[in-house]
Amino acid sequence: MKKLLVYLKDYKKESVLAPLFKMLEASFELIVPLVVTAIIDVGIADRNSGYILKMCLVMVALGLIGLVCSVTAQYFAAKAAAGFGTRVRHQLFAHIQTFSFTEIDQAGTSTLITRMTSDINQVQSGVNMVLRLFLRSPFIVFGSMIMAFTIDVKAALIFVVAIPLLSLVVFGVMAVSIPLYRKVQERLDKVLGITRENLTGARVIRAFHKEEEEKARFEEGLESLTSMQNHVGRISAFMNPVTFVIINGATIFLLYTGAVQVDTGVLTQGEVVALVNYMSQILVELIKLADLIVTITKAVACGNRVESVLEIQSSMPADGAGKRTGSERCETKAPAVQFSHVGLTYRGAGGESLSDIDFSAERGETIGIIGGTGSGKTSLVHLIPRFYDVTRGEVLINGRNVKEYSLEELRQKVGIVMQRAVLFKGTIRENLCWGNRDASEEELYQTLEIAQGKEVVEGKEGGLDAFVEQGGKNFSGGQKQRLTIARALARKPEILILDDSASALDYATDARLRRAIREMEGSPTVFIVSQRTSSIQHADKILVLEDGEMAGIGTHQQLLETCKVYREIYESQYKKQ
Amino acid sequence: MKEQRKKKHQTETLKKVLKYIEKYKIFLILSLFLAVATVIANLYIPVATGHVIDHILAPGQVEFPVIFRLLAKIGVITGLAALAQWLMNVCNNKITYEVIQDIRREAFAKIEVLPLKFIDGHSHGELVSRVIADVDQFADGLLMGFSQLFTGVLRILGTLLFMLAINVKITLVVVLITPVSLFVASFIARRTFSMFILQSATRGEQTALINEMIENQKVVQAFSKEKDVLKTFDEINGRLEKASLQATFFSSLTNPCTRFVNSLVYTGVGLVGAFLAMKRVLTVGQLTCFLSYANQYTKPFNEISGVVTELQNALACAERIFHLIEEKPQIPEPEHVKTLTDVRGNVELEHVCFSYEPEQKLIEDFNLRVKPGQRVAIVGPTGCGKTTIINLLMRFYDVDAGSIQVEGLDIRDVTRRSLRESYGMVLQETWLKAGTIRENLVMGKPEATEEEMITAAKAAHAHSFIKRLPNGYDTVIGEEGGSLSAGQKQLLCIARVMLCLPPMLILDEATSSIDTRTEMKIQNAFARMMEGRTSFIVAHRLSTIQEADIILVMKDGHILEQGSHEELLGQKGFYSELYNSQFAV
Repeated sequence: MKKLLVYLKDYKKESVLAPLFKMLEASFELIVPLVVTAIIDVGIADRNSGYILKMCLVMVALGLIGLVCSVTAQYFAAKAAAGFGTRVRHQLFAHIQTFSFTEIDQAGTSTLITRMTSDINQVQSGVNMVLRLFLRSPFIVFGSMIMAFTIDVKAALIFVVAIPLLSLVVFGVMAVSIPLYRKVQERLDKVLGITRENLTGARVIRAFHKEEEEKARFEEGLESLTSMQNHVGRISAFMNPVTFVIINGATIFLLYTGAVQVDTGVLTQGEVVALVNYMSQILVELIKLADLIVTITKAVACGNRVESVLEIQSSMPADGAGKRTGSERCETKAPAVQFSHVGLTYRGAGGESLSDIDFSAERGETIGIIGGTGSGKTSLVHLIPRFYDVTRGEVLINGRNVKEYSLEELRQKVGIVMQRAVLFKGTIRENLCWGNRDASEEELYQTLEIAQGKEVVEGKEGGLDAFVEQGGKNFSGGQKQRLTIARALARKPEILILDDSASALDYATDARLRRAIREMEGSPTVFIVSQRTSSIQHADKILVLEDGEMAGIGTHQQLLETCKVYREIYESQYKKQ
Repeated sequence: MKEQRKKKHQTETLKKVLKYIEKYKIFLILSLFLAVATVIANLYIPVATGHVIDHILAPGQVEFPVIFRLLAKIGVITGLAALAQWLMNVCNNKITYEVIQDIRREAFAKIEVLPLKFIDGHSHGELVSRVIADVDQFADGLLMGFSQLFTGVLRILGTLLFMLAINVKITLVVVLITPVSLFVASFIARRTFSMFILQSATRGEQTALINEMIENQKVVQAFSKEKDVLKTFDEINGRLEKASLQATFFSSLTNPCTRFVNSLVYTGVGLVGAFLAMKRVLTVGQLTCFLSYANQYTKPFNEISGVVTELQNALACAERIFHLIEEKPQIPEPEHVKTLTDVRGNVELEHVCFSYEPEQKLIEDFNLRVKPGQRVAIVGPTGCGKTTIINLLMRFYDVDAGSIQVEGLDIRDVTRRSLRESYGMVLQETWLKAGTIRENLVMGKPEATEEEMITAAKAAHAHSFIKRLPNGYDTVIGEEGGSLSAGQKQLLCIARVMLCLPPMLILDEATSSIDTRTEMKIQNAFARMMEGRTSFIVAHRLSTIQEADIILVMKDGHILEQGSHEELLGQKGFYSELYNSQFAV
């Protein structure tokens, strides 16, 4: 949490002034009982109506000053908190942008989203509350005690005993119940899990007629939740009655001591009233303080989570290695892409996901990559735009190690179509222009034609300016795939990667797509990842992967003769022909 | 008009809530009784304190015997009040937690009998949030609203009565000034409402962007769009800062302003009280008592205004849950329902019509007769409605017209259980429940022996990878299969069916996530399994379905062609086009 507080540094003034004004307000509040004492002891006793009037005006004035101070404090607190929240949000978002795929995989997107939204909101309101109340409440509690001392030392000693007792109860109950509330949350999560499972798995649960069992399982979770809730409830229900007893007990002692002191002439009647008033002020503030501490614990927990994301260092700093620009070392004869004894171990994984991958692709060649599920096809192509760093060997583009390029320069060369077709909210045009900001209408239509996506655009009202809903919900899987292919083509990449990105296309469209890409101007080097032999059998080179290793490389014919794995894949798809 | 309807809704919801509470009437009555006791005790203590002070006048004028008696009284009352308050809290907790447990139980039971149409048509996240977050919100509102509203009102009434009993004039002062505080509070609330709307709208906009961009961070990076995205983000973030500052600041004015009004009340009481005390109409003790009432009196007003919004919010949440609970369940089974026994695999579809949306016709007058042991394959491009047929066969959806018969019985006349027991189903979306591998495998046959289970797993080629898991068959997998790959999950689903071996099979893209070589090996096991069993197979790999007895070719939800492989090729229609395209260059 501490490191987050750095983002308050632009609001130093506000962060100091807000509590300060709150304290001012509190001190004026502490004067009020003294004024009442004066009214009783001087005004009423001497029957001085002028004096009473004057004192009442003083009370109104105190109230007004308190109001002004308090409003000022609220403003500074709100300003500091809003500014703080904004800065943290910006920082976190910017930080997440620097993450490489490794960090994204590790943190998980849903976690990152919660950190960005509800966690930061909690921290922001925590900061706001702290600035407003954290000084005020203790100040009133101890201020009351000090005021009591100015009235009478003997009576004040009762405060000295009561305050620690009260704190013990308030914070003791909290110390016991906060961890228990965490347990309640855990049990609630379980109930939530069962509910979600029964929605996503409705078909299977019904197919296996498990409804009654599921209900029993839910009931079990529910009952353990309720019993825990009741348990915590019973404990926290203690807080108010016990503090009530302590305060009233203290008041009884106070009244007794007061009576003795008045009897001996040390105190006046009005002063006893003031002491009682101070005592009741303490209770109100302690309860506020307890609420505040709950908010703070939550905020700190959220803050720590946010901080832990900020602490994740990108393993691939964007402006780090090899800023060398220019193409001095860029030999034109070098192959477009070369893998030299490459190995990849994902962070936290036991073994290598890719090992000893060694091949090269000449400019304009089409490389097919095939293999079973989990054989490392996607991992391999992700190394080309350096989504992950190799852990062994090196990947060269145009003869230069990918690490020597700046990330932006490198990724400018590569157009990649991922397995999961993703479109962003906006228009079709905006989506396509992700690939190339300055693409003209004509260019866009050209790429659409190659990607077999022209009819998709023509079928939508508004053509290129048709609206795309979030996640591209208003497009079918096949339509999305074609548009994402067009998006990658729009940047006229040197290297084009199609990662199983024709899976939602039927065979005929898939074939037309491949033909169009082959005939594209600029003839990029193309990588096609697929499970279908039909998609890659005409590639210049086919790479067969099995369990992260190269099981063979060559043309379709060569592989059929030499590579057992390839033959098996092929035969499994073309059994009887 | 709209306001009225909203009110009517609210009263209806409130009635339903009360029905849930009715079960805990005793606790409710007890709680109300305890609340009255607590409030009276709370109000009496300042009076007693005032009496004490009146007996502490000046040196020599302190009546100790009276004071002792009063102090003892305060002590006893405090003790009783504390006990009452604790019991009241416990009662309120009990009511709240039991009520929400009842509500959740009912909601869940409803989920189990909702038609799949409803489940498919609603976002699961939203439904979950109704059962979890909404119920929680409702509970908070109920607990807070219940205790605070009731004690608040009691406190206001009680204070009024106590004050009137002591002195009418000062009471008037309090009653006249207090509404100002309410007015100020509601004025601020009204003014800030639109600011809060703006804040939450801006927040929503930002969350949507965050969701979209972080979920697809990999695409953002692939296109080096980080800077552009950050710029869009910052623009929204800037607006959010402004909105948030406004909303926070203006709403935080409520407290200081009402506190100021309270201090006016306090001063007013002090002023009038002091003059009355001067005239000896009022004692100093009574004045102190009034001052402490003046402090207490306005507090419940402020609380109640907060509670009202809280309660409204709670009611809105309750309404959403009740919507779910009152949702129409699937058609209940008729009274004289039969049980399917001795299923051999005769399935007949007669003049079946079905559509998800009334306006969009899908399946019209579809006829199909399947004899025991026959294989029916359903092919077509993605999204053509292949899954629809399966939804109808399993009776996840009911046909609009026509009928589906198994062994000559309309499936609407037999128990869902016996119908579904007759099918073994492997779907494309592999679903596993959180639990051990073993629990998932024996789902269809809980009495299966260890040996049977392992045999099934071996047949599905799942045994070898299960063996390599940390705890073998007892490895716990997380929700939705957790760390397993899509292919592994599918193998488990296949093993699950291979274990219970029902008379009919439904395979919906059952091997889509499995690589072709493993698939080929599984095919042998499938072939053995399908022997003598009627089976329905959905696939996009044409090679796997050529041997089917009947092939249904679908496009855009319609059945275009129907026949065997050779027949369909001969027709030179959509099927032959599909078939030939896979060899195209």
